[in-house]
Amino acid sequence: MSDPVAVLAIPEASLHHEELGFWRTYLFSTEHKTIGKQYLSLGLFMTIVGGFLAYVMRWQLAYPDTEVPGWGFVGPEFYNVLVTMHGTIMVFFVAMPILLGAFGNFLIPLMIGARDMAFPRLNMLSFWTLFVGTLVLLASFFVPGGAASAGWTGYPPLSAKAIYTGVNWGLNLWILAHAIEFASFLMGGVNFLTTAITMRAPGMTFFRLPLVVWQLLTAATLFLLSVGPLIAGAVMLLMDRIAGTSFFLPEGGGEPLLWQHLFWFFGHPEVYVILLPAVGFVCEVLPVFCRKPLFGYRWIIYSTITAGILSFVVWAHHMFLSGMDPRLAMPFSITTILISVPFAILVFAMIATLWGGSIRFTTPMLFALGFVSMFIVGGLTGIFNGSAPADIYITDTYFVVGHFHYTLFSAVVFGGFAGIYFWFPKMFGRMMNETLGKVHFWLTLIFFNATFFPMHILGLGGMMRRIANPMQYQFLQPLQPINVFITFSAILLLVAQIPFAVNFVWGLVAGTPAERNPWEANTLEWAAPSPPPHLNWGEAIPTVHRGPYEYSSPEGPEDWLPQDRLVVARSS
Amino acid sequence: METTAATRAGTDILPGKVGVWWFLASEVMLFGGLIGSFIVSRLGSSGWSGEAAHLSVPVAAINTLVLLTSSMTMVMAFGAVEKGDPRGLRTYLFLTVLLGLTFLGIKAYEYSSEVAAGFTPVTGLFWSFYYTMTGLHALHVLAGIITNLALFVMARRGLRNQHRVELAGLYWHFVDIVWIFLFPLLYLT
Ligand SMILES: [Cu+2]
Repeated sequence: MSDPVAVLAIPEASLHHEELGFWRTYLFSTEHKTIGKQYLSLGLFMTIVGGFLAYVMRWQLAYPDTEVPGWGFVGPEFYNVLVTMHGTIMVFFVAMPILLGAFGNFLIPLMIGARDMAFPRLNMLSFWTLFVGTLVLLASFFVPGGAASAGWTGYPPLSAKAIYTGVNWGLNLWILAHAIEFASFLMGGVNFLTTAITMRAPGMTFFRLPLVVWQLLTAATLFLLSVGPLIAGAVMLLMDRIAGTSFFLPEGGGEPLLWQHLFWFFGHPEVYVILLPAVGFVCEVLPVFCRKPLFGYRWIIYSTITAGILSFVVWAHHMFLSGMDPRLAMPFSITTILISVPFAILVFAMIATLWGGSIRFTTPMLFALGFVSMFIVGGLTGIFNGSAPADIYITDTYFVVGHFHYTLFSAVVFGGFAGIYFWFPKMFGRMMNETLGKVHFWLTLIFFNATFFPMHILGLGGMMRRIANPMQYQFLQPLQPINVFITFSAILLLVAQIPFAVNFVWGLVAGTPAERNPWEANTLEWAAPSPPPHLNWGEAIPTVHRGPYEYSSPEGPEDWLPQDRLVVARSS
Repeated sequence: METTAATRAGTDILPGKVGVWWFLASEVMLFGGLIGSFIVSRLGSSGWSGEAAHLSVPVAAINTLVLLTSSMTMVMAFGAVEKGDPRGLRTYLFLTVLLGLTFLGIKAYEYSSEVAAGFTPVTGLFWSFYYTMTGLHALHVLAGIITNLALFVMARRGLRNQHRVELAGLYWHFVDIVWIFLFPLLYLT
């Protein structure tokens, strides 16, 4: 066996490194902070693509079969492409790169007091793999037949034969892009877990880790353990499409439902892969701006792990009306209701943290509060979907679309923005503008609700999701004003992101230089300079003396007590 | 707690080993999903044992033996590393690669005789599963062969990065174990 200390000593030895050229510094960098920023840029760019698709989709729904300003005619076939690619892009190429890729890479080494990830070159490879996957996905728009149009869930038989959708290469590339994306996040997940297990600073025990690290690790674990069956399914689907097998085609003895089982076995944990990092950001932001310890640190960890485990046994709640054995509905309803218990504990812990705190309403705090309140709405509507008797009525309607966006959109947007506003000073060494940030928050909150709340009403009114033209149905015509209202709210929601874009760019070039610890926070990343130098820490890595949330502690002179500060006992 | 720059709160396990174990966990789920789909589909259809009867059990049994032997030579390669024996390391890595290639050769022979007898991936659901599962496994064997070959080339320059032999061994044993599941499921039931 080789000596582990010798292996670990390698980064220390290269502390005084020679200057790397432009390519190695900015493009093919192995430095975790640069890679995190690369994930962030890629994710933000794809947000624009996915957001534009949403706009075209919404316009088509408000004014069916008219020219969409800035795009042109849509029609039902292309509408299916819009539905599919919007979902795919937002889940796999926006939410995961930003929440997991960008913040996981940036935060984990800094928060555990490491100099970089355990496998820096693998880290670089995982980003560039994702980059290739993104290119493949974008290229699929331009192949003959256009992009995939079988829904982001890709249900067979629709997806299993080219003639059913008229899309051949578009859907093959869609599967390929997923495979590449999965490979990228598998490498990333292995790296996150290995880093946090083997590279923690002295004194950084597992129960002193900031909660966001716990949440990111749980998310990475869920992804690693749930994606395998879907990869198996994707191989079978590709075989059906290319080799002519019939795994999912009933006429050849196959079983279309098998895909749904494989997809949702991954799909439900995947929701938590996205949700948990956002919960983690909120767990970091709340105590800092309440100046109070986070309520129930260990309970949050146990709840997170419990939710993670339960997420593997709830998947069939997506399939109550799929034609599966109806006897399965009851057990999966029960597990689904059970899984709301750990999340209720999480929400209660967050509210209890707020209780009696001296709250500072900064922009990241506003977004964190926005997440908590919107997530409660999303969680409550989830109980309707999870109970088979209620779900039979609302499944595949806009109620589900509304619920989904209240949970996931609030996680990605409110959680994501909380993270970006909070860690921007550390990432880029400059502050963002608070006024613009607050304008951004309030506009986003208002138009988010104006966009997604009415969807519940549409759903209860019977509007099916994924239809290109609601006016075709007589019973939906009276609801059309709601569709028009949602469309304009959605456009304003997109417009509301302009203050953010301005603020981000302005902050990058002209923001006030950030201090080391502008928010007066405890976790280790704030002990490093803003932005942290190559290899993060100077000559010696920090030593950890306590947990991450010691606010308003009587031990120190200030109302915060950083994890790495040694308090000398007073002798009086 | 005593602190020097290199002391970590982390465990003394090599990062590479932790990484490989997590990677293998995801691989278990990949083959688990495939095998689970196979079992569920098999329970839902009839006549699969009749289809399986067209497979050659003796040839596959020999192949199983070849793969098991290769796992043994891989263990011996690691043993050579621990004894500081670069010659032994090269010999056993070479044998492992050779046995891996033999496995793929025999598998290719099986495929060609099955296709010649008219059983292709589109013949029926059993054959679709058979070709997909063994094909995916064969790709994993190929990846292992390439890894071992790379280690063999590296070993010619001495015993540096020896822990990689252990990591490659973990992967190679995993590929072996997958076959131990595939063999009875596809050939014997
Ligand atoms: Cu679910």
